[in-house]
Amino acid sequence: MSLAKVTQVKGLALAVPGDDIDTDRIIPARFLRCVTFDGLGEHAFRDERTGPDGLERSHPMNSPQAARIAAAKQGVMVVGFNFGCGSSREHAPQSIWRFGFTALVGGSFAEIFFGNSTTLGVPCLTLSKDDLAECDAFVRANPDVEVTVDVQNLVVTAGAKSWKASIAASARDGLINGKWDPIADLLEGATAVDQTAGTLAYVVGK
Amino acid sequence: MAKTLFQKVWEAHTVRQLPNGQTQLFIGTHLIHEVTSPQAFGMLRDLGLKVKYPQRTFATVDHIVPTNELKEPYSDPIAQEMIEALRKNTKDFGIRFFDTNTGTQGIVHMVGPEQGITQPGTTIACGDSHTATHGAFGAIAFGIGTTQVRDVLATQTLALSPLKVRRIEVNGQLAPGVYAKDVILHIIRVLGVNGGIGYAYEYAGTTFDGFSLEERMTVCNMSIEGGARCGYVNPDQKTFDYIKGKPYAPKAADWDAAVARWKSFASDAGCQYDDVVKFNAAEIRPTVTWGITPGQAIFIDEKMPALETLNAADRATAEDAYKHMKLAPNTAIKGTKVDVCFLGSCTNGRISDLREVAKYLKGRKVSTSVKAIVVPGSQLTAIQAVHEGLDKIYIEAGFEWRGAGCSMCLAMNPDKLVGDQLCASSSNRNFKGRQGSQTGRTILMSPLMVAAAAITGQVTDAREVFTV
Repeated sequence: MSLAKVTQVKGLALAVPGDDIDTDRIIPARFLRCVTFDGLGEHAFRDERTGPDGLERSHPMNSPQAARIAAAKQGVMVVGFNFGCGSSREHAPQSIWRFGFTALVGGSFAEIFFGNSTTLGVPCLTLSKDDLAECDAFVRANPDVEVTVDVQNLVVTAGAKSWKASIAASARDGLINGKWDPIADLLEGATAVDQTAGTLAYVVGK
Repeated sequence: MAKTLFQKVWEAHTVRQLPNGQTQLFIGTHLIHEVTSPQAFGMLRDLGLKVKYPQRTFATVDHIVPTNELKEPYSDPIAQEMIEALRKNTKDFGIRFFDTNTGTQGIVHMVGPEQGITQPGTTIACGDSHTATHGAFGAIAFGIGTTQVRDVLATQTLALSPLKVRRIEVNGQLAPGVYAKDVILHIIRVLGVNGGIGYAYEYAGTTFDGFSLEERMTVCNMSIEGGARCGYVNPDQKTFDYIKGKPYAPKAADWDAAVARWKSFASDAGCQYDDVVKFNAAEIRPTVTWGITPGQAIFIDEKMPALETLNAADRATAEDAYKHMKLAPNTAIKGTKVDVCFLGSCTNGRISDLREVAKYLKGRKVSTSVKAIVVPGSQLTAIQAVHEGLDKIYIEAGFEWRGAGCSMCLAMNPDKLVGDQLCASSSNRNFKGRQGSQTGRTILMSPLMVAAAAITGQVTDAREVFTV
């Protein structure tokens, strides 16, 4: 299985502020009533974007900037701390990715969300608190400036600005080498898997 | 060298090192349900792969099952499609399915323990973040995404990096009216909703020694709410007693060897932890959430925090929370009007929860202003409760007695809040919109506190309503 090497993601950026944004907010549970991930993109942040009266709310995902990213099918979401906490639903990164975002930059990411995103080839890079605040402000003030998320060199740049970024070494390795979906590696270990299984009493039926 | 349970289980299940430095970890037990597995089976078919160890995956249906409509086809055609997809997938790939017509269906985190599938020293993965529940048995259990469900189906392994281990010690006796739920809400309040990122939580101390397996499950269940993907308690005699005789428990000839093996997985005396945190059980009081994260919690007799007492980072979330909850800073939460009371979920939908509340509910009446539902987490729990006559106590008090499922914890089924209803809930998440209405409001609390709220129609200190 050949995968694209995700060394760098370039695109317009959108700031979606707030800490502890949980996956119920990213994709409400009613949209999990499905047997495929198709169509999840349009419902990303649905209840943040649409009020109980059915009217559009003021939310970054309703902005012209979000529409440009959706049309380009590439872009960077700038988020806060502990983004993607709560449920393990892969529907959350799927909806963000299907909306059009191809990278996230934030203060920190919940673990399961981070893993689910990486497995889609969507890098989640972390900035220091101060750098994130600066990046967030820059992105809001300069909607037409493309942001570059450099996974290879661990830096986020926008115009003349640049910020040092970080990501788990294993995720970076997988992304830049086109091995962000681990299935090929896991399948390769089949013989070793059977050996391990043989040593586990509960697996062999005791 | 002295090792933690986490290290021992990790080592026993390590297949090999992957090129990116991660570990290929064997997943001995895989649990699946209808929400996060259909796409994984789709991926498997697209790649032309088989299920490598079908006997090590177990399925049930829980999230979408209506609890007040036991006959199919369900009124929601999508729910019907999802349960049928799981039937087809488990049949096609030879996976055991605890279906609704078997008397063994239930929330996936209840079915594993009830069947004796959940065992110490094992690795357990499930496409559900509350999988840490199984850690109560001394298993390393954690939630995974759907692509990882595919990985486990196809290879019985995952690509993972090891976690650090934080020992959370709680010592002493809980006061009457204080429960395991209060312990975990308090831990999350103190350590924060992201305090556990990168950690497995090892819960220990005399309080946990004294806890039943069901109480341990309540605590482990909410590890993820503190940011920890995985939480566990070292196995002891109580663990072994719980498992003995269950359908998938080791049989007579294998039992003693299994117990000896399970004991060997417990953390060694003198092992090194990455962090140790201690709590005094006597200081914990009944705890309720006031906001939109499980860490936004206070003791029932405290005031909600004034904004100026919070640090800048927490203040923005708190302001958002107060607005959503329609509550005011620096006021008491006690006395807040409640519309709905929900007793159930993988956190607190077990037989011991139903028994404890029934003990106090006998002869009391639910307030006429409240809709109260009790949802046993599994069919086996429901059967046992009916056998003990608990259903009658709830029904006479004015609760609706429902069938097994996730119900109003996440409202992927007909059980939902309407408008800005406020729910006193024994579940695990108070996120905005979690209970099915985007303006709906959730206050998390122990089952007995839910019952107290049901009787008085407001957020109440259960110790003032019942003689605990």
